[in-house]
Amino acid sequence: MPEHIMEKKIYYAVFGALMVLLAATVLIAYIHLGKLNFIAAVSIAVVKAVLIILYFMHVRYSSRLLWIFVGAGFFWLGILFALSFSDYLTRGWLPLPTGWE
Amino acid sequence: MPDHSTALAHQFDDLEQQHESVSLGMWIFLATEIMFFGGMFLGYSVYRGIYPAAYGEASRHLDVVLGAVNTGVLLSSSLTMALAVQAAQLGGRRTLVLFLIATIALGSVFLGIKGLEYYHKYEEQLIPGSNFHFDGPNAGHAQLFFSFYFVMTGMHALHMIVGIGVMVVLILLTLKGRFSAGYHFPVEISGLYWHFVDIVWVFLFPLLYLVDRS
Repeated sequence: MPEHIMEKKIYYAVFGALMVLLAATVLIAYIHLGKLNFIAAVSIAVVKAVLIILYFMHVRYSSRLLWIFVGAGFFWLGILFALSFSDYLTRGWLPLPTGWE
Repeated sequence: MPDHSTALAHQFDDLEQQHESVSLGMWIFLATEIMFFGGMFLGYSVYRGIYPAAYGEASRHLDVVLGAVNTGVLLSSSLTMALAVQAAQLGGRRTLVLFLIATIALGSVFLGIKGLEYYHKYEEQLIPGSNFHFDGPNAGHAQLFFSFYFVMTGMHALHMIVGIGVMVVLILLTLKGRFSAGYHFPVEISGLYWHFVDIVWVFLFPLLYLVDRS
């Protein structure tokens, strides 16, 4: 796949977006939203990561084969979290018989 | 100036194919890095689920202002790194060296602020071990939080030190005239590494500094 050279203004726009998201994540952390605080913090971090991967790391302009390699890394991470939390998050679902705790 | 025939490794048909292989290889390495940091993020998350109150209490001992400023510094260093890669793609050696120096400078500022934070934690006796001191009933679990804090930020800082070393080598190679618009792959994959380290911090900052601030 021929190399794609991105324009400078795209880098500046992405950087601007990242700084706005940084400010947003700090501000939102001080607003009381209960469990939504955690969800907001992680969601903003994911958006920032995706911006960095797509533009700073040029993945958006790379071949499909590279997309598979990139996706594979994060897919494995997904397996790690999904299988681990299928244990930890479900432990309270069934009451333990007395005498086990 | 190296022409394409010297830059092209003999096992590849052309530079385009070499470029694709180099990127794929770097992403395989980054996948192992995702797994490496992923294990620590998992451990952090499991214990955060079990001891949410202690995590919140301990997290409030971290300095949000220094953490946020450092995040800005690191994101800026990613911008200068991206611009360095672009300069390399265009064959501008002078700009390339300047942006690499800027990236090293910003990375060093990050490490300096991080060191200052570590020193504050040392003074506040928040480094896990026999001198650890934390008031309240959650002291043990707060120590667990700080263990994750120091291991994760420490491994992140170590990756940055390696990245700075890589950039010093890149500057030396650029000055030797080893890169051109046609062959700049080492600069590009070093950029991938630097951006990856930035992404790790993008998650570390909210997860460590902003646990329960509201």
